[in-house]
Amino acid sequence: MKTYQLPEVRIERDKDRCINCGVCVRQCAFNAHKFDEDGEVYSEDEKCVACQRCVSLCPTNALYIKDNAPFVKDNANWTAETQKYIWKQAETGGVLLTGMGNPKPYPIYWDHLVLNASQVTNPSIDPLREPMELRTYLGSKPDHIEIEMVNGEPVLRTKIAPQIMLKTPILFSAMSYGAISYNACEALGRAATELGTFWNTGEGGLHRNLYKYAPNTIVQVASGRFGVHSEYLDAAAAIEIKIGQGAKPGIGGHLPGEKVGPAVSETRMIPVGSDALSPAPHHDIYSIEDLSQLIFSLKEATEYTKPISVKISAVHNVAAIASGIARAGADIIAIDGFRGGTGAAPTMIRDNVGIPIELAIAAVDARLREEGIRNRASIIAAGGFRNSGDVIKAIALGADAVYLGTAALVAMGCHVCQKCYTGKCNWGIATQNPYLEKRLNPDIAAERLYNLVRGWSHEISEMLGGMGINAIESLRGNRLHLRAVGLSREEMDVLGVQVAGSPMA
Amino acid sequence: MITIDAKGLPYRELNEKVREAVAGGETEIKLANVNGQRYIADAIDSPVQITIEGVPGNDLGAFMNGPTVIVHANGQDHIANTMNEGKIVVHGDAGDVLGYGMRGGKLFIKGDVGYRVGIHMKEYKDKVPVIVIGGTARDFFGEYMAGGTLILLGLDTGNNDSDQIAGNYFATGMHGGVIYVRGKLEDYQLGKEVAVLEVDDSDRQTIEKYVTEFAGDLGLDADDILKDEFIKIKAVSHRPYGNLYAY
Repeated sequence: MKTYQLPEVRIERDKDRCINCGVCVRQCAFNAHKFDEDGEVYSEDEKCVACQRCVSLCPTNALYIKDNAPFVKDNANWTAETQKYIWKQAETGGVLLTGMGNPKPYPIYWDHLVLNASQVTNPSIDPLREPMELRTYLGSKPDHIEIEMVNGEPVLRTKIAPQIMLKTPILFSAMSYGAISYNACEALGRAATELGTFWNTGEGGLHRNLYKYAPNTIVQVASGRFGVHSEYLDAAAAIEIKIGQGAKPGIGGHLPGEKVGPAVSETRMIPVGSDALSPAPHHDIYSIEDLSQLIFSLKEATEYTKPISVKISAVHNVAAIASGIARAGADIIAIDGFRGGTGAAPTMIRDNVGIPIELAIAAVDARLREEGIRNRASIIAAGGFRNSGDVIKAIALGADAVYLGTAALVAMGCHVCQKCYTGKCNWGIATQNPYLEKRLNPDIAAERLYNLVRGWSHEISEMLGGMGINAIESLRGNRLHLRAVGLSREEMDVLGVQVAGSPMA
Repeated sequence: MITIDAKGLPYRELNEKVREAVAGGETEIKLANVNGQRYIADAIDSPVQITIEGVPGNDLGAFMNGPTVIVHANGQDHIANTMNEGKIVVHGDAGDVLGYGMRGGKLFIKGDVGYRVGIHMKEYKDKVPVIVIGGTARDFFGEYMAGGTLILLGLDTGNNDSDQIAGNYFATGMHGGVIYVRGKLEDYQLGKEVAVLEVDDSDRQTIEKYVTEFAGDLGLDADDILKDEFIKIKAVSHRPYGNLYAY
């Protein structure tokens, strides 16, 4: 069938600059660049996904990728994108598939929240020369502590639940081996270890060679139970039960058989080339009581030595659900907003289901405080954190720490072309093709990740110091340090913040 | 061989005692007066034999990696959840979602079982989990099955008076492994991802091997069971949803 879909982009090649070296031809797994019969390079716009790999590697800067949005006659409803989707489905009968997080122009509440700073009173702190504590402990905190004086020294009598210690309130989000390459996993593990924080295996198991990063690894137990066995659970610093993911709340996942090569097959314990199906629900969890059963099954399996996290998508009833999770015995609640990324999701679900993480954090934190159980579980927020400003605002809204997924991928080279599901990632990240995977050098990728989090952590310290605060803990849930700009009364009520210009209460 | 009296013990204390006994080198442990305690043998790594008197609670043998567990009563839900290695034998009926995500080892249930039994089992090379059910099963038997062997015998060994050997949505989403049924299934009972095939010699050998072991463990007559006809259910594709998407 002839396609009516128009190329999304136009590849411009400056013929004066092009030296016909063929780098672009070799770099493009989508075959957008080719040699013609005479050995001259040419390009096919319709194959280009705008991942910018060729542009970045062209030695003479001869390439430029332009938006090719067609002119749609005077219509805000039937946009070029709407028409493209219809043609694609009319031609295939399939479900629209995409990658990464929700790209739609929903309000980004981070950009409507501003932070406070000290002026004159309560002097600001200079983190370059004064103590500044970003250390964060994730895990259940006791309702109260008992201290006994022994020979004049205080001794803690309360048994504290297991905690994981982060040197900075930033972790790497769950991205499974299978969705991302071995080298990408290795880079995340190495960077997390060097940073004193944690990476998360996602639901694809932990490759044998990556057990060396286990002390800085959170392992996931998802509905497909891929790669879950007692050694995997024992090795981890913490265990996360994956209920939902912000990019696709309420549905499971299909890792396509093309991505299940020998190593993924071994790690997931399924045959080579077989689809890896993750059911939408865990079939041993149909209620909060059942969730509690799995939480305690994992605690029993690891003899109560590590925190158990439960990850959910941010949905309408998120506050009540989080309350149930805390009461079910989870030590950590991870909440993934609708801008959270994915290796593959139906486009309509990614773009239309779930709620922004900003509102979810505020609602959950407020609910757990109201019920007097906020101490029982730490909150990790996830879903499209772009910079340190977003992170510090999340903590002021009530999160303990933040998961980075997309930002970590971008640090490694991702250009957010949203074609992860094809397995043809030219940056060597979302692929299992050995030729492509080799492009991601785990040493360099780990260094880039380290640098990113180091930079953000410095910025967080500076902003904290500016507010006259010397420990990240003192900012957590401290919404007086936030003010709203351009939000409705209802939005401010959910966020629990006042309009900019109102005084410190 | 030691006996642990489970009477009145919360699961956490009972399981601690079991783990202590295993760590102390016990090879045979008897649990007396078990009454619904969960997580027995959860994630235990040694090839210890655990005999249970009374009804164990949910998640018996979850993440288990080696022990042999014998239950002289009925079992509850989620037995052999994500189990890796070892064997569980239940001399009675059992509940829902047995052998969920099972990766290896064996689960034998003498009587009838509930819904979603043997779902999402896996296999890798020579690591092939096996479940044999003596009686009948409810809906969604073998759902999402990715590997392993499920055998459903339909004997009159349980307390469920259903006249059907299995419920509906049999093996929906199956994309690997094999199911053998001693009896017949109607087309409407089957998931659309599977086909019914005749058993060949190699299937026959597999069935004989596991049924003989099952019958031996549970005091049944293997020859009598094997006299009847079996059918084989397999996935028509290991990529059942490959054509679902618009790339």
